[in-house]
Parts: sequence; structure tokens; C-alpha cells
Amino acid sequence: MSIEFESPKPIVQAQYVLKTVAEEMMRSKSRYFDEHEHEIPWDYIEFMHTAMKAMGGGSLAPKESASPEGRGDKGEGGNGKHPPIGYQLLATQIETLAWGDVGMYLVTPGGGLGAAAVQAAASSEQKAKFLARFGGEKPTFAAMCMTEAGAGSDTASIRTRAVLDEKTKEWVINGEKIFVTAGDKSITEYEKLGKGFIVVWASIDPSAGRAGMRAFVVEAGTPGVKVTKLEHKMGIRVSDTAAISLVDVRVPFDHILGSPTVEKTTTGFKGAMATFDATRPLVAASGLGVARAALEFLKEKLKENGIGIRYGLPRQKLTNIEREVIDMEIMLKSAWLMVMKAVWMADNKKPNALESSMSKVKAGDVTTKITQKAVEILGPLGYSREFLAEKWMRDAKITDIYEGTGQINRLVVARQILGYSGSELR
Amino acid sequence: MYSFEPNEEQQMLMEAVGKYAIADLRPVAHEAEESRELPQKVVAKGWELGVLQASIPEAYGGFGEHSAVTGVLAAEELAFGDLAGAFAIMTPALFATPILLAGSEEQKKEYLPKIIEGQWRPYTAALIEYAFDFDPNDLRTIARKVGDGYVLNGEKAYVPFAKDAEAMIVYANLDGKTQGFIVLKNAEGLTINSEREMLMGLNALPLYRVKLDNVKVSASNRLGGASGHDFERILASMRLASAATALGVARAAFEYSRDYAKEREAFGVKIAQKQAVAFMLAEMCTEIEASRLLAWEAAWKLDQNKEDACTEAYLASTGAADMVMMVTDRAVQILGGHGYIREHPVEMWMRNGRGFAMLTGLAIV
Repeated sequence: MSIEFESPKPIVQAQYVLKTVAEEMMRSKSRYFDEHEHEIPWDYIEFMHTAMKAMGGGSLAPKESASPEGRGDKGEGGNGKHPPIGYQLLATQIETLAWGDVGMYLVTPGGGLGAAAVQAAASSEQKAKFLARFGGEKPTFAAMCMTEAGAGSDTASIRTRAVLDEKTKEWVINGEKIFVTAGDKSITEYEKLGKGFIVVWASIDPSAGRAGMRAFVVEAGTPGVKVTKLEHKMGIRVSDTAAISLVDVRVPFDHILGSPTVEKTTTGFKGAMATFDATRPLVAASGLGVARAALEFLKEKLKENGIGIRYGLPRQKLTNIEREVIDMEIMLKSAWLMVMKAVWMADNKKPNALESSMSKVKAGDVTTKITQKAVEILGPLGYSREFLAEKWMRDAKITDIYEGTGQINRLVVARQILGYSGSELR
Repeated sequence: MYSFEPNEEQQMLMEAVGKYAIADLRPVAHEAEESRELPQKVVAKGWELGVLQASIPEAYGGFGEHSAVTGVLAAEELAFGDLAGAFAIMTPALFATPILLAGSEEQKKEYLPKIIEGQWRPYTAALIEYAFDFDPNDLRTIARKVGDGYVLNGEKAYVPFAKDAEAMIVYANLDGKTQGFIVLKNAEGLTINSEREMLMGLNALPLYRVKLDNVKVSASNRLGGASGHDFERILASMRLASAATALGVARAAFEYSRDYAKEREAFGVKIAQKQAVAFMLAEMCTEIEASRLLAWEAAWKLDQNKEDACTEAYLASTGAADMVMMVTDRAVQILGGHGYIREHPVEMWMRNGRGFAMLTGLAIV
């Protein structure tokens, strides 16, 4: 127990290595893929797959063996010698990749949110069955299908149904999902990709409300599931956002994550929501990578124009630009520390629902504000597509929307600090 | 490693200080503000908690080691009780801590034991000057080298307990650099205004204007001795104290308004059940946590002598000054009309909250 802020060795190493990747494989292609929406960055995908395999996994998911002393030391969580840092490492990796290009980070092969859901809610047999593929020959994707046209943050109004066919013991799923990140790469069978899956949220008992919500693994190639649309977006254009329809899609009985029966409690649903406690700070981290890119670029441009930031001066003596930049740095640094605290808690198995949502609230605010201010301060240079500042502002906005909007996260935070249930504070 | 848990010793200290803040400091805060006087008994008891004493090594009469992190943790707890009380208890540190951090061996031996052994006694420091663009690195009070010693001229403001102080560190501009000088009670040329400063907040804290008219300081009483000292490190510790006490005030306002919102009914529900209020509270809590982590990191960096520690302390205190204004303003807002009435403490916290933008120099960790 202590208060410390020293980056452990594996984190420093990861930052060093990934910075090069971010610059050479991502940043240099940012503009091209922004202007060629729906083209797939195969070079990046294949490079990352090879690199991650070489590092012992097929995805960025937290490595059980990650420890402060470096890879391969099984001390983490196991013998108690070193506290675990898996999520801290992951948050750092994501921030660095997002600093390169957040859209492209979302096209990093591996399980993404789909695997995160499996990781959080599946039995060990299911984990073995569904997660092994990411270390295979080809890069492989998985995605999470939660949102529907009529259900965004209000996940309990999901209309997709799963019915058990008693004869065949298969689940039959019907519904329409939208806004599925990497949905296309997860279920469309591209030659260059391994067989992926989507995790589909559906109700097994609509009369039970939240208690009836379950997640199902649907493999690529299952009859009845297909991508019906690829969205055209404000930003993160290189990342595909798919609409997926499921018509009489049959999946084996053991593809349900969690209990197949409905109890009169919402434990099952809450368990599923707990996935977000782990993933929210990671999404926050991705936003902060974009914010850092924008702030660094702004400072660089100011410097080129002979404007330095005079830290240490009282506010009354600072120029407006200096005040803005200093405020941006305060926001960015403190938001990053909130992310680190939330993932440190996750690593140490401390309940972090409050810290996780607070980090997302803060990062959503900070990321949008910093990128918008950067464009403003840079004036015509900021607005021009000659530079990436305008793209970062467009990319950044999604941080305050996906994985729980800023408002939903405020609600989660408020309920936590007030000790209110969902019905007491709606 | 990253780690966000105070160690056992720190937890014990926080608990003891926190208890005192709630049981002793908070109950007298309102009356002290109104009467412009802190009960000496309460200050004495706060002193006995040993926050400063524990930061000074045995060789100089203390029983511990200096740690900015520990200082930040304790200062937040104290200010959670009451800001004026916190500053009063911490006032001797304004003299002792710079000597510990930057003083010569003779200065440490001479002053530290007599400050920390026994009862609270007013030793203080004079940094702030009465100018809208006051800048601790560009002081108007001037020190000139004359013969073997120095001569100080200028005017200082907001000097805690100056009237009764046994000695104070006066910060002055020596060839463009801020340097500290130890000025003893009754020094020739030292005039302390008989009237206290009249401020928007912090009325329980006796603050004075101090004039220096050719005040002579011997070479051995220049902070750090003949070669002087690095002021940045001291300023960073002052900024951290500012950030930490801002956290305490903000947390007090947040918790008070949160509890009020859970009690107060309107339209058949508690007002905390309204998103307009609940979201304010969520943002207050989020911003407090953001500021706290930045202050912790800056303090840790200072303890570790990291290169960017002083810059980060500056960022932490700048951010905390905005944060505490936002949080205390909202606390008043949540209480509505009641928040504006002095029977509730939130309006005082809001008045105190604004002080952080200009009052670095009233405390040090």
C-alpha cells in the first residue's frame, strides 16, 4: 500500500514500441483512410496481428501474465509477489494507439468488446471455445451487438428475442442490431480474416425486463445473420460500424453467456453490465490518446510561431492562449490519472463502478473540449484538412457517446454517490 | 508501479486528522468566521495531532520524514473541517518547512526544535504582495546585498499571525530571484499593520499587512545560508498545500450539498432524485477526484525529485482553484435560498473557495 505514480517497465516498453507503430503505421495513413471510408487497412491489421502473436496473444486483451517486471514473469496475481497490471498496460497501449489514430485502433484485430463480454460472463469452457481463435493464423475480429434502433443507453428495451427450440436445444434469435463496431469484420467472411463472432444481446423473457436479458455468441457464417448497412460517420471512418440483421439465427445451446433460466432478480443483467466497469476506462483511454495528439500538435504549431507556454506565471500574467493550453493540460493529465486509477482497481479486483464511470465522464468532456479548442486556437489551420486537428475533433466526439454517453455515465456516478437504485434516480 | 492507496501510517494520520476536523474544527468554524477569532484551544489541539512534527527528522526534534504526499493527505483532511482553522494550525510550517527543505544546517538546528517542541506558537512567512498581478517569482519587495548582510524594503500582505510572530520568512526579490530571509520579531524597520486584513472569506484567520523599511538581515539569516536556495521547490510545496486544502473545502461542500439534496423534498421527491441536481453532484465528485489525483501525482513527483514536479504542482494548484470554485458554487446552488443564508456553511465555503486563485503562500506541505 502506498501512493505511487511510477510507470512499470512493461508499460514504458509498450509505449516506446507502440509509439513507432502509431507514427508509422497509423498517423501516416490517417488522412487516407478518413477520405476513403470503408476501405480496410489490411497492412495495419496484418502487422498488428503478427506483432501481437509474437508477443504471446492475438489481441490486446489483458494478459494474465503481465507483471511489473515484464512479460513472462508469472508473478502477477499468481504468487502475490507483484500486483497485476494487465488493465493498466492495456489502457496505456490503447492510449498510444489512439494517439496514432483512434479509428484505426478500433480496427486492431482481436476480440475487442465481443471478447471482453465473453471474458466477463462466460464459463471457462466457453472461454476456451471462443477465445482461442485470436491467436490463430489469421487476424480475427469479434464485436458486441447491443444497440438497436429503439434502444441505445436504455438497454433494457432491447427487442431482439432468443427462443429455445426444445427439440433441437438450439437458441433461435431474431432482431436488428445497429452501431456494431467492427461488426463487418466479425461476421463477414473475408479471405484474409479468421472466423470471428458477434455477441448479441437478446431477451429470453420479455416479461422479465432486464432479468431476461442475455448475451449469445453468434459465429461468422451462421445462416440468417448478415450485415445490412455500413454507416457513414462524422469521424472514426476507418472503423466499420455495421447494422446487422438476425433472421431465425440458430446457435447451439451453450452459446448463451450466463444462466439459461430467468430468476426474478437482475443479477444476470448486472453481471453483464459489469463488463462496462472494465471497458469504460479503456474507451476513456482511447479518447485521451486523441486529445493528447491534438494538444501536442497545438503546442508544436504554437512553438513554430514563437509562442511558448510560460508555466508558473499567475493567471493574470498569462495570455489567453497560454491559459487555454494550461487548462487543457490540467484536464488531460487528471483525466488520464482517473483512467489509471480505474484500471488499477480492476487489476486489483477492487469494485470500480464509480471510478470507471467517473473516468469516462471526465474523458468524454476532456476529449471533446481539447480537440474542439485545438481547432479553434489553430484558426484556419485548425479547420483545414491539410492537418489532422479537424479530423481529431471529429474522431473525438464519439468518446462522449459510445460505451455509455456522458449523460448515462453521470447517471451511474450519481446513483453510486447517492446510494440510489435505478428506480430511485431515473 | 501505480498505486492509489495511502500507506498504513498515512491512513492512520488521515483518520486522526479527519476525526479532529469533524469533531473539533467544523463545529467552531461558523462562530469563528463571524467573530473573526479561532478558539486557541482548538488550534492547540490541532497542533498536537503532530502533522508538522511528523514531517521533521529526529535530529531536529521531530519524529519522522518529510513527505509532500503525506502533507497533501493531511492538509485535505484539515481543510475538510475548516479552512481558516487548517491554515492556522499549519502556520508554523510556513516557517519550519522551508527551513527543513532549503535551510542551512545551522538554521535547521537553530529553529526547527524550538518551533516543533511544545505548544503551537506563531512562526510565519510573508510571500503575498498587494497587487493584482502578484507573481511569487517577480516580487516587488526588494533585497539588496549591503556589506555582509542584506537590506529588505517593500510591503507584504496577508501574512498569517504576523502581529505575534516570533519570526517570519520574508520572501524578497534579490537580483531578479525570489529568496527567503529570516526576520525576527521586533526587527528594526519592520512594521505590522495594527488592523487585520478584511477579506471576503477566511475571516477567522488573523492576516496582516507588513511593511519593511530598510530591515537588516544578517548573511546567516538568508534562507539556505550564503548561497541561498532554490525557491521553485518551496513554491511547489506551497502550491500543493493550496491544492490540497482546496480539495478539503470542495469535499466538505460536496458532501454537505449531497446530504442536503437527499433530505430536501420538492414535487414529492428528494431533489437528489432530479437529474438536474444529481448530475451537478456527479460532476462535482468527478472534478474533485480529478484534482485530487493530479495533486497526489505532483506531490509524489516532488518527493521523488522528478524533473517536472514543480510544473505539475503549478498545474495541480491552478486546476484545484477552478475546481473548488465550481464545486462550492454548485453547493450553494443546490441548497438554493438556504445556501445563501449564513446558518449553512456552504456560502462560507464558496467565499473561501475563491481565495485559492490568489492565496498561494498561506500554507505549505
